[in-house]
Amino acid sequence: MTSQIPVKAQNAPTDRAAEVLGGPVSDTSLRRYLEGIPGVDAVGLEARAASLGTRSIKTTSKARALDTIISLIDLTTLEGADTPGKVRSLVAKALTPDAADPTCPRVAAVCVYGDMVASAVDALGASHGLDTAPGGINVAAVATAFPSGRASRSVKLADTAEAVAAGADEIDMVIDRGAFLSGRYGEVFDEIVAVKEACRRPDGRYAHLKVILETGELNTYDNVRRASWLSILAGGDFIKTSTGKVAPAATLPVTLSMLEVVRDWYRLTGERIGVKPAGGIRTSKDAIKYLVTVAETTGVEWLQPHLFRFGASSLLNDVLLQRQKLSTGHYSAPDYVTID
Amino acid sequence: MSRLSVAKTYKLYIGGAFVRSESGRVYEVTTKKGAFAANAAKASRKDARDAVVAARTATAKWAALTPYNRGQVLYRVAELLEGRRAQFVQEIVGGEGVSVAAANAQVDAAVDLWVWYAGWCDKYLQVAGTANPVAGPYFNLSVPEPTGVVAVIAPQGAADSLLGLVSTVAPAIVSGNAVVVIASESAPLPAVSLTEILATSDLPGGVVNVLSGSAAEMAPWLVAHADVNAVDLTGADELDWAGLEAEAAGTLKRVVRPTGRTLAPPALSRITALTETKTVWHTKALI
Amino acid sequence: MTLTTPSALDFLDYAPAPESRGILSLREEYGLFIDGEYVEGHGTPFATISPSTGEHLAMMAAGNAEDVDRAVAAARRAYTTVWSRMPGAERAKYLFRIARLVQERSRELAVAESLDNGKPIKETRDFDVPTVAAWFFYYAGWADKLEHAGLGPDPRGLGVAAQIIPWNFPLMMLAWKIAPALAAGNTVVIKPASTTPLTALLFADILQQADLPAGVVNILSGPGSMGSAMVEHPDVDKVAFTGSTEIGRGIARAISGSRKKLTLELGGKGANIVFDDAPIDAAIEGIVSGIFFNQGQVCCAGSRLLVQESIHDEVVERLKQRLTTLRVGDPLDKNTDVGAINSASQLKTITDLADAGEAEGAVKWSAPCVLPDRGFWYAPTIFTGVSTSHRIAREEIFGPVLSVLTFRTPAEAIAKANNTPYGLSAGIWSDKGSRVLAVVDRLRAGVVWANTFNKFDPASPFGGYKESGYGREGGLPGIQSYLTTGPTDAVTAAKGSTK
Repeated sequence: MTSQIPVKAQNAPTDRAAEVLGGPVSDTSLRRYLEGIPGVDAVGLEARAASLGTRSIKTTSKARALDTIISLIDLTTLEGADTPGKVRSLVAKALTPDAADPTCPRVAAVCVYGDMVASAVDALGASHGLDTAPGGINVAAVATAFPSGRASRSVKLADTAEAVAAGADEIDMVIDRGAFLSGRYGEVFDEIVAVKEACRRPDGRYAHLKVILETGELNTYDNVRRASWLSILAGGDFIKTSTGKVAPAATLPVTLSMLEVVRDWYRLTGERIGVKPAGGIRTSKDAIKYLVTVAETTGVEWLQPHLFRFGASSLLNDVLLQRQKLSTGHYSAPDYVTID
Repeated sequence: MSRLSVAKTYKLYIGGAFVRSESGRVYEVTTKKGAFAANAAKASRKDARDAVVAARTATAKWAALTPYNRGQVLYRVAELLEGRRAQFVQEIVGGEGVSVAAANAQVDAAVDLWVWYAGWCDKYLQVAGTANPVAGPYFNLSVPEPTGVVAVIAPQGAADSLLGLVSTVAPAIVSGNAVVVIASESAPLPAVSLTEILATSDLPGGVVNVLSGSAAEMAPWLVAHADVNAVDLTGADELDWAGLEAEAAGTLKRVVRPTGRTLAPPALSRITALTETKTVWHTKALI
Repeated sequence: MTLTTPSALDFLDYAPAPESRGILSLREEYGLFIDGEYVEGHGTPFATISPSTGEHLAMMAAGNAEDVDRAVAAARRAYTTVWSRMPGAERAKYLFRIARLVQERSRELAVAESLDNGKPIKETRDFDVPTVAAWFFYYAGWADKLEHAGLGPDPRGLGVAAQIIPWNFPLMMLAWKIAPALAAGNTVVIKPASTTPLTALLFADILQQADLPAGVVNILSGPGSMGSAMVEHPDVDKVAFTGSTEIGRGIARAISGSRKKLTLELGGKGANIVFDDAPIDAAIEGIVSGIFFNQGQVCCAGSRLLVQESIHDEVVERLKQRLTTLRVGDPLDKNTDVGAINSASQLKTITDLADAGEAEGAVKWSAPCVLPDRGFWYAPTIFTGVSTSHRIAREEIFGPVLSVLTFRTPAEAIAKANNTPYGLSAGIWSDKGSRVLAVVDRLRAGVVWANTFNKFDPASPFGGYKESGYGREGGLPGIQSYLTTGPTDAVTAAKGSTK
């Protein structure tokens, strides 16, 4: 796209969206805009993703890739059975992924339910804050009646505000897939704007907002693309594939299609939006394919924690095993990494 | 005193019009017994050129008709031929020296051949096309399409003077091609009379262009013409057909070689030999 | 924001990931393969080299007319005494066996092909060699089902087929030729291109492992003059050629007046038409694979990009950005997207035409990449501001050079696409089904890819209109091209099907 719309950082999302849409935000104007976006050819998209997946990453590149993956992980626990103890354990792992190797980088964040935020913040102590503390780690909280999103707007906003108040640096919200699939784009838009506002802290700064599309329920790549644009228009800092509670969760083609939107948004506005594939990425080999896809779609500058994350739990240990293999020259075993 | 009959002027048929040769030439056509039958136009290379132009224009329109429609037009030719058989019987008897019964049988066969090919218009594609099961998420279909402009050298000589021409022209136009046909030099009258039927049969002008005259003189121009897509040398046995085929290689025309027979037996391959197979791929996905 | 890893930003500089050459052990010399054995040729042996480095790979025997005689005689003998008498089911099993052996030795063949041709291992490993196996597998199944091939109850092979193949897909073209010929009951004398004979002679080894009866397939490396001797040989019944339109013309002339059958797969100047409603990301990928697959050395390449005027600038910008991610270099590196040009002479052809493009006023842009200093290389290149009258819009460049033209309406796109003596391939990119189908109908091209490009399958007929050749390879027409219904075969020459 040749014409650039200048970013006006001070603009509220609604004003900026109106600028992009060329008129006030409404179901009709959003529909006209989103449905005017070029379609996705599923076969072409999947073929491109498969081709990116054949990149062969060896030796020094692989070592860098593995460390990069760790630094981009949102180490996650989202179980009904979570307890403060479990979260403390998760934080310990996040801070010291490989007890045997002090050069091992830390993950970007821990991701927990809202009621666990305080425990996570507490466990992190001085290491809380990716941007503020040296070697620090963020706390991300899922909110807005995660994972279904089926609650009233006020409940969702309260859910968000409480997590932010408890110290969450990042909020992972879910969009209203029901509203989206029935074409009530305005409603989805308004809700994201409202949640973003609920991310506002007393000092005027905002917790980072990741918008979960739940691509497994959107069903088509065209929907994923439209939902991505919609979320970005409404002010999301990140677009995220999935809750991890619906299959299929993150896939390489879905992530590629979202990266393409982010790339196009950057061309249009000069603003960089983050992408977070979540759920289902369990091996280093898979994760490296995502890195390649990011590098060759948006460029390597996206391989930073404020622009790309892996939502994952078991991925970390596989990366650690591979890392040990690279440094020792022989294959490692699960007993040489900690379970959490 | 008996009435003096009115003789017909036999003309060329180009672009749906009956025209004299631009060269002004005619040649004498005789009966089998050597009597004067008529003066036929002796087409020149420029007439052949004009015919190719007419055919090129016509093929787009003809090929764009529905196969059902083309079939009806071909069937209409059969109807009209049936109704005007007496004229053809007379010309065949005169030109070939055969019995009235034999001439009638030839007209019967010609009518039936038009009917047979008429029925192929909306079927050849189903028989010659294929659905291709490729190993991937693609719709994939191959369909035959008309090759375009076909130059035909109809069987020469006196035998099968109507049927020979029909057996090469009818299959060529089934798919939507337009033809420029050189009629039998020695017995051209049934071919020229057939043009009167074609002209009144709803066949768009230019789909069939009939040239009478010297095949040896015109054929080299047609096989070398860059706007001709295929040449049917069925009637070229006595010509230097190897030379004609070599000349056709200049623009890689499709070539149907001579068979040494006075007519081309009815066959699906007569149709498909003058078609191109187009294969279409399209991505196929639910999401 | 601090990165805990030192250099994520140079992640794209993938470390070298070379495919192991250890799997391939080349002999110092390869003979001709005649009557089941490697034999010396009567011509002067020649070296085959790696175009990416100039490295000497092996010495190849060269045949001459005398060797052609020997090979045709062996093929005739095999046809008469063995192959035409063998039940189709038995022929089928030989072909299945060959398909399996190709699969078993696929990596070795891929490495050899990348070395000898210069194309990336990614393509030989994931496309060329798997397609070879697929071709044998598909046609194997036809061998005992010929009565269902649409030619009547009792079709049979033609006899001895002389086959001449090009250097752009050496082993794949060999499979496209040999598999249907053998399935239909013919025997074969085949000549690989003089710059890429290696895999054909490795394939001879597979034929020996398959225990294929002697003389059924004979493989002759050597100069172009040997091809003429094959075409003109009086005991040859069928000629199949893939290569340039110029040579195709000569072959059509050479067999005129004979009863030989002919199929020709020749040049092209494929139009790739991008409408304003195209699925744009897929279209960009399709444009890239359309012209940079195999370094653009593809007869059906989408070498003319026809873009709707309203999206021209956007498409060109996206395309350029995409091209900056292409990795040009060592064909044996698994991450290489674009390999070497096959020969010095082909590189000169490409360079000359690209120079002509600049001289005629088109604007040249090449992807910023460092080309190796040895071997034959040409950077992926786009010409914008191209007119239909420019040489680069009319002549086949056969290299990684794309000419971009514009159109305003579907009718103009169709007219421009068809405005060429060629008619091999075309592409259409649009989300509107009714328009895709209507445009497909009016394109004069033998293969039309809609929202995809450069796809091939043994079940899918391939071949051109007009001066791109005649006859089809692949699918049902592919087997019909090697069959006859009897001696009084009415319709012949140009077309494969006979009844």
